[in-house]
Amino acid sequence: MRVVVDFDRCQSNAVCMDVAPEIFEVRDDNFLYILDEKPSEALRPKVEEAVRRCPTQAISIAED
Amino acid sequence: MASAAPPGRVVVVGASLAGLSALETLRQEGFEGELIAVGAETTLPYDRPPLSKQVLQGHWEPDKIVLREPGQYDALGVTWHLGRRATGLDVSARTVTLDDGEPLAYDGLVIATGATPRRMPGTSELAGIHVLRTLDECLALRQELESASRVCVVGAGFIGAEVAASARVRGLDVTVLEALPSPLARAFPAEMGAACAALHLDQGVDLRCGVTVAGFEGEGRVSGVRLGDGSVVEADVVVVGIGVVPETGWLESSGLPLENGVVCDSTCATAAPGVVAAGDIARWPNNLFGETMRVEHWSNAVEQGTAAAKRLLAGPGDAVDFTPVPYFWSDQYDAKIQFLGRCCPTDEVRIVDGSIEERRFVALFGRDGRLFGALAFNRPRLLMAYRKLLAAKTSFEDAVAHAQGS
Repeated sequence: MRVVVDFDRCQSNAVCMDVAPEIFEVRDDNFLYILDEKPSEALRPKVEEAVRRCPTQAISIAED
Repeated sequence: MASAAPPGRVVVVGASLAGLSALETLRQEGFEGELIAVGAETTLPYDRPPLSKQVLQGHWEPDKIVLREPGQYDALGVTWHLGRRATGLDVSARTVTLDDGEPLAYDGLVIATGATPRRMPGTSELAGIHVLRTLDECLALRQELESASRVCVVGAGFIGAEVAASARVRGLDVTVLEALPSPLARAFPAEMGAACAALHLDQGVDLRCGVTVAGFEGEGRVSGVRLGDGSVVEADVVVVGIGVVPETGWLESSGLPLENGVVCDSTCATAAPGVVAAGDIARWPNNLFGETMRVEHWSNAVEQGTAAAKRLLAGPGDAVDFTPVPYFWSDQYDAKIQFLGRCCPTDEVRIVDGSIEERRFVALFGRDGRLFGALAFNRPRLLMAYRKLLAAKTSFEDAVAHAQGS
């Protein structure tokens, strides 16, 4: 599982950071940073929730 | 996986975000029966927030606001009735009637028909007066903005503010008319409205608060907006953003209790067996805040669609309260506005980070000694920390202390 963010869509709402702070961090510069691009399978439910709840639908999961 | 025996056929009326969320949740929870979705628009569910921003500004085309790829829609196994409206509901026969007269039987029903823009009298006879809710409305407005020079927006709520910002970004002269003394005065303390107003004044918008609209000028096509004092704001295009009304017309003869929306219990169930509601149309008691609410925002459509679908599959003893912390955001110019929780004009306000002058701040709202809401301008990282505090019913004092410690 690889976490993919479309930065053309991302508006730094930080909802993903609220769902999965191990993976997503919006910093004081208001940009999103991916802390763990290839998280373990145990985190899949959290990543899927972040995908669903992202207000700008900027996150997706690539299986590679 | 739900333990209760799943119903055989679920009908979802309303094919936008809440309806899609319900459909996806039903499948994720293991529902293998028939899924039917009814949508008044001719398109598969799409994302509405960009309509007043990227699409209206001309940065995005409609293909960029699809909510799912075709393969994802195929995998859901839904029969879509698009371009069709529900016209009636019989809760004892368990049928929904569509606009071609065909009754559609259901075992479970999700009501997710959303809301529709409130219109002003005298606006249907003149061309050039718009509302913005659907993709078609967005494209019609965008086309007119391409040749317009002066736009008048009626209503300084979030949709009006976003349209005004997008029109300014396009280089048009923009006047915004607001009946209340400041923007958002019905929802927020006055200084928050002033902060929103400042964003537009910074950008050269002619924002006029405390004014009434008496009518519209023009023959065949609008040429201006006539105010209560008799003066006229000249405009090539008018956009009316004065709120929405829940789309409950088709339910009026159903016997379902309606009260500015479909009345639900704390678990998103309506008074009729096998019928739940979600999204802009649903009014339910949110026990986290001790308040009955109807929430017209994107995140609620996702979360309530999920909750309503689970409620449909759950046995009566398994129903859980839907107790979200409401969230919304608005992007205007370079400003990101975000809000969590609840707010009313009389709440106590504390700015705990930044300042209104900097256009960068976090404001906390307190009621009865408890943290009720948090608003941020250009402070996404700081804001999100308050969701957990709101969910935990943190006292206002502790929330302020948290802010000072962070």
